[in-house]
Amino acid sequence: MALLEITDLHAGIAGREILHGISLTVNAGETHAIMGLNGSGKSTLANVLAGREAYEVTSGTVEFNGKDLLDLAPEERACEGVFLAFQYPVEIPGVNNTYFLRAALNAQRKYHGLDEISAIAFMALVKEKLKILHIDQGLLNRPVNEGFSGGEKKRNEIFQMAVLNPKLAILDETDSGLDIDAIRAVADGVNALRSPDRATIVVTHYQRLLNYIVPDFVHVLLNGRIITSGGKELALKLESEGYAWLEEEAAAVAGAKN
Amino acid sequence: MSKLAVTSAAEGTFAALFEQTATYQAAQPVWLQSLHTAALSAFSTLGLPTRNDEEWRFTSPSRISETTYRLSDSVADSPDAATLAELVWERLTDDTAPTGYVICNGRILSGVGGLIAPAAPAVTGRIADLADDSQNPIAEKVRAALGSRITLDQNGLAALNSAFFEDGIYLYIPRSAVIEKPIELVFVSGSPAERGPDALMNAPRLLIIAEENSQATILETYISAFPGAFTCAVTEVIAGDNSVVDHYKVTDENADALHVAQMGVQLGTGTVFSSHSVTLGGGFVRNEVTARLDGEHAECTLNGLYLGDGDRLLDNHTTIDHASPNCSSHELYKGILTDKSRGVFNGKIFVRLDAQKTDAKQTNKALLLSPDARVDTKPQLEILADDVKCTHGATIGQLEPNQVFYLRSRGISETDARSLLTYAFAGDVVQRIKVAALKSALDKRILELLPGNVGQ
Repeated sequence: MALLEITDLHAGIAGREILHGISLTVNAGETHAIMGLNGSGKSTLANVLAGREAYEVTSGTVEFNGKDLLDLAPEERACEGVFLAFQYPVEIPGVNNTYFLRAALNAQRKYHGLDEISAIAFMALVKEKLKILHIDQGLLNRPVNEGFSGGEKKRNEIFQMAVLNPKLAILDETDSGLDIDAIRAVADGVNALRSPDRATIVVTHYQRLLNYIVPDFVHVLLNGRIITSGGKELALKLESEGYAWLEEEAAAVAGAKN
Repeated sequence: MSKLAVTSAAEGTFAALFEQTATYQAAQPVWLQSLHTAALSAFSTLGLPTRNDEEWRFTSPSRISETTYRLSDSVADSPDAATLAELVWERLTDDTAPTGYVICNGRILSGVGGLIAPAAPAVTGRIADLADDSQNPIAEKVRAALGSRITLDQNGLAALNSAFFEDGIYLYIPRSAVIEKPIELVFVSGSPAERGPDALMNAPRLLIIAEENSQATILETYISAFPGAFTCAVTEVIAGDNSVVDHYKVTDENADALHVAQMGVQLGTGTVFSSHSVTLGGGFVRNEVTARLDGEHAECTLNGLYLGDGDRLLDNHTTIDHASPNCSSHELYKGILTDKSRGVFNGKIFVRLDAQKTDAKQTNKALLLSPDARVDTKPQLEILADDVKCTHGATIGQLEPNQVFYLRSRGISETDARSLLTYAFAGDVVQRIKVAALKSALDKRILELLPGNVGQ
């Protein structure tokens, strides 16, 4: 059984359809890249999977681990193991990073009928993950994302992912606005967390990130449809030749249909 | 038209009630009896505030004027000792040797909750114990200061308090004395006796004199033992030159309690004064704070937090009067309102003609958690000096949906996410509280008041 099975998904925002029938199968252990130009629907797909309420699914299905994902509230999706690393992580002044993470972890444990984690066990877990990700401990006592640099915010997302240990991680343009050092740091973090039990969807505009997080599959999203899929070489071709040839192909296909 | 012509039900009863004060007034010194009588006369002229008063435009005083009142009986209206001790104990911030007073329905109760009167060098006690013929210089100072920070002829509620207070308390901090422990005053209202239609009135009165270069922390806590109380309080603070005075007030009475309170503060040269007013309970609460900066280089901080639910009304009126040059004031008030509750914030800042180089900053923010909650906010700046820095900002808003979604996307339920964000909003004020035990007690209490499982 696939971990994630998206079938003919149509979705949009404010009455405007953005995704015009997406189908995608992701198995545990796999890393998928979804590439595309701005406005192609990449972030819409990521947000629909995470359950952002502004987006409306008009038809299609999404099964996650055998459950109807679209039927679940955002927090239930998280508890089932879906993690969205935000393109723009939100600043939450007044909420301490450690407190927030522990509340999140305990909410997920409660969902699975487990006892709350003790403060000592939690700190041990957090310190272990910080070490793996080479993140400074000072991050723990700061309010969530408040005053963080772009790179710090993205690393904080990966840190949360490491602590919450999801089955499916969706990285929504995690590379955007980061310098090469920050990209390497984030990618190292993601790679350190790769496991046969976890799948990753990397949503990106650029191929560069994929030098560091090497995908098993690359899908190209154009105007709300996956127009082609391939291996990691597809990303390289996109980098050298751009998206124009795909747009022409798509137009030719559409023309032939008419 | 004379105010007397429109005497409300309440005003009529106050005149009759004043007759009953003869029982305790008889034991008071003549100077205090005269003060009560003069105050009653001022009250009969002024009456209770009405909707027509500009200062009461957003806060209908009808809940006060349409209620009838009775005075407390020291025996029948006292909660039993064990209940009282527990209520008080919960609120004390010092669990080893707390100092201060418990005032139940207007009367001091000794020994409750292990609270003992502050030790020397502080000099404290009942105002009524200061005899007419006392040559004691502290008694002289108390007599001179009492009533100096309120305006009896303009303020009916201040007059009402002055006419009726029974066990008023003075706290005298001598020159250069440092009182490290907070002086805790726990005001308990309500009676175990069968409730009639009349609200049980009490008029707490507090006078704080901090002499030059002294330091003290005063904590006033208002709680209910039983419902059905009306509290009409006055606190006066004379903070001498270079003194450091921190004042905290926590109002956490029953949801039906009526509470109107005024605090008048005078700051001298180089005085550093702070007030933190936290309103968590009470049905109709109005807290007025007026600070006058009478010496150069004084620093005044007024912070406030209020949490309202049900149909409660929580009103904060503040006035900062910059009467001297080179002073600064900082004000931060935050409100959280849900259900049909209402909040009012009115913040006046006067900068007088010669108060040059004033630096005044006022911020007030309200979070409305339900469509029926409402806040009226009115910053009022009156600046006569021309070389000053004055800023004010007011925001009213809801929780940020992006923040709620972010928390939910990590597995936190919507209820908990909203509570956590609300708690963080309040935390901005709570974090400024310097008494660590009070800060953590309020943290805990605020989490208790919020729905869900945050903070567990």
